[in-house]
Amino acid sequence: MGEFGDDLRSGIRRGGVAVVRGLAFPVLGLALGLPLFVVFVLSSAFLALGIGFVLLPLVVVAIRSLATLHRRFAAEWAGLPITSPYRPSPVYSGSAPRRAWQRVRWLLSDPATWRDLLWLLAEVPVGLVLGLLPAVAVAAGVEGIVVPQVLWLLDVLPNGYGFGTVWPIDSARDVAVAVAEGVLLVVIGLLIAPWALWAHARCGRLLLAPTRGSELASRVTQLTRTRTETVDAQAAELRRIERDLHDGAQARLVSLSLSIGMAEDLIGRDPDAARALLVEARQSSVLALSELRDLVAGIHPPVLAERGLDGAVRALAMALPIAVECTVELPGRPAAPVESALYFAASEVLTNVARHSGATTARIELRSTGTHLRLTVTDDGRGGASIGAGTGLRGVERRLSALDGTLALNSPPGGPTVVLLEIPCVLSSPKTSRSSGTA
Amino acid sequence: MRVVLAEDLALLRDGLIRLLTAYNFDVVEAVDNAPSLLRALTTHRPDVAVIDVRLPPTFTDEGLRAALRARAEIPGLPVLVLSQHVEQLYARELLSDRAGGVGYLLKDRVSHVGQFVDSVRTVAAGGTAMDPEVVSRLLARHVADEPLGRLTPREREVLGLMAEGRSNAAIAGRLHVTEKAVGKHTSSIFGKLGLPPSEDDNRRVLAVLAYLHG
Repeated sequence: MGEFGDDLRSGIRRGGVAVVRGLAFPVLGLALGLPLFVVFVLSSAFLALGIGFVLLPLVVVAIRSLATLHRRFAAEWAGLPITSPYRPSPVYSGSAPRRAWQRVRWLLSDPATWRDLLWLLAEVPVGLVLGLLPAVAVAAGVEGIVVPQVLWLLDVLPNGYGFGTVWPIDSARDVAVAVAEGVLLVVIGLLIAPWALWAHARCGRLLLAPTRGSELASRVTQLTRTRTETVDAQAAELRRIERDLHDGAQARLVSLSLSIGMAEDLIGRDPDAARALLVEARQSSVLALSELRDLVAGIHPPVLAERGLDGAVRALAMALPIAVECTVELPGRPAAPVESALYFAASEVLTNVARHSGATTARIELRSTGTHLRLTVTDDGRGGASIGAGTGLRGVERRLSALDGTLALNSPPGGPTVVLLEIPCVLSSPKTSRSSGTA
Repeated sequence: MRVVLAEDLALLRDGLIRLLTAYNFDVVEAVDNAPSLLRALTTHRPDVAVIDVRLPPTFTDEGLRAALRARAEIPGLPVLVLSQHVEQLYARELLSDRAGGVGYLLKDRVSHVGQFVDSVRTVAAGGTAMDPEVVSRLLARHVADEPLGRLTPREREVLGLMAEGRSNAAIAGRLHVTEKAVGKHTSSIFGKLGLPPSEDDNRRVLAVLAYLHG
C-alpha cells in the first residue's frame, strides 16, 4: 500500500492544485480580460479626442501584463514556455505630443498588440471551458457523494431528487450508485485538470507566442546591437595594439639601434664603454621581446594555438597562485573564435578569483553539452561578486554575446561563487580529448 | 660535444649553429621540421638536442612533441627546448619522465651567450635548466600544500636557482653566501622533500620536479 498510497496522494494533490489553478482562467478572463478589451476599443475611439494618446498606452501595458502573466502560467503550470513577442521600444525624440504619437505608433504597429487583443477575446470561452470543466466535474462529484447520503440519513429526500443515472433516488441501492458515480466524477475531474492546463497553454500559445516575423525582427535587433559592440571592441583593440607597439617594442628597438650605433662608434677608442653599451643593447632587446610576448599573448595566446582550449585552460589554471582542479571533456575542437572567446573569458574570471575572491581553491570544468560549450568556474572565496562592480565581467559578457554566448554569476555573500559561461557550438572533429588533473 | 639542432627560421638556425660552433660544440645536423628531427635524433643519438617548440608542418608544438617522443625512445636523451613563450604545462611535461637532462628556455636567453652555453652543457650533463620566467611564476604561488610549504623562503630561493640549472657555486655567487652554506640549504631541501641520499644530480632533478608540481 505504501508506495501506491504515496502515488495516490501525490496524484490527488497534483489534480487538486490543477483544478484550483484552472479557476484562475475564467476569473481573470471575465474580471480583467473582457473589461480591458472594452477599454481598449473605447480609448482607440478617444484617439480622435487626444485623450486616447494617454489612455491607449496604459491599456496596452495592462493587456501586456495580463498576457505575460498567462505566458508565465503556461511555463510554470504546463511546462510550455512562451517567449515574449513584443518589439523593443523605439528611442523617443522631439516634443511631448510627438513622443506620445511615436509611442502609440510603436504599440499599434506591433502585430503582437493585435494578437494580444484577439487572445483577450478568445481567452474568455477557452478559459471558461478549460478552466471550469475540471472544477465543475469535481464539484458535481462531491455533490453526488455527500448530498444523497445526508438526505437519505435524515430521511428528508424530496420527491424527484436524483443524481447521475439514478432518477429519482428512492432506495439505499440508489444512494450507493449515486456515491459511486460521484467518486467517478471527482476522479475524472482530478485527472483531466492537468490536461486542461496543458490544453489551455497550447491554445494560448497560438496567439501569445511571437510570429516567425517578430522572432526574426527581435533577432535582427539583437544582432545589430552585438555587431556594433563587436566592431567597437575590435577597433579599440587595434588602437591598443598600435599604442603598445608604438610606445613599447618600437621605442625599445630605436634605443637598441642607438646603443649599437654608439658602440660601433666607440669600439676603437673606448672598448669598455662600447661593451657597456652593448650590454645595454642586449637588455633593451630582452625587454622588447618580453613586451612583444605579452602583446602576442593578448592577441592570440600561443598555448591556445598549440594545444587548443583544453591545454590552454589547463595552462591558465597552472599559472594561478591558488590550487585549481581542472576537468576538461571536449570531443573535438571548437571553432577558433569560440576557443578564443572562451579562453579570454576564462582568463578574466580566473584573474578575478585570484585577485578578489580570497579563495584558496577553485574548480574549472569545461564540457560540451552537444549544442553548447559550457565552462564553469567555482571558488570557495568570500562571494558577493557582481557583474557590474569593475570586475571586467561586463566585458566578458559583451565578448560572449557576439557569439550568442551567455554569462551567469551566482555569488551569495560568504560564497561559494559560481560563474557559468555558455557558447552555442557544435564541435568539429569527432576526436575525443578527455583530461583532468589538479594544477 | 655533438648537437642536433631543430629550428625552422633560417636566420636563427644559422645564428645558433655559429654560436654553438664557436663554443666547440659539434652540430651534427640542423633540421627545420619535426619529422626530420625525430629521424635525426634516433640516428645520431646526440649528446644534446636544441629544439624550437614550434616547427613545421603544423606550427603548433611539434618540436616539443618530437622531443617527448624521442625521449620515450631514448630515455634520458638530453633536450633543450627553446620557445617564444614559456608555459608551466610544457615544463611539467618535459620533466615528467623524471630522467633529467631537460632544458626549457625563452629564445631571448640566447642573447646572454655565456649563460646559454652553460645551460646547454648543464642539460647535456643530465641537469635541468628551467627558464627564470617559469621559476619566478612558481615563486609567486602560495604554497600552502605540503611538502614545499615546509621550505624556508631562502630554501625556496635556492631551489628556484637549482631549477634554473645553476651549480652550487653559481648559487653561492648569486646569493652572496659561501658554497658551504648553499650545500647546507640543498641537503636541507632534499631532506624536507624526502629525497633519499643518492647521486646529487638526480636528486636535484627530483627536487626541481617537486617544485614544478607545487
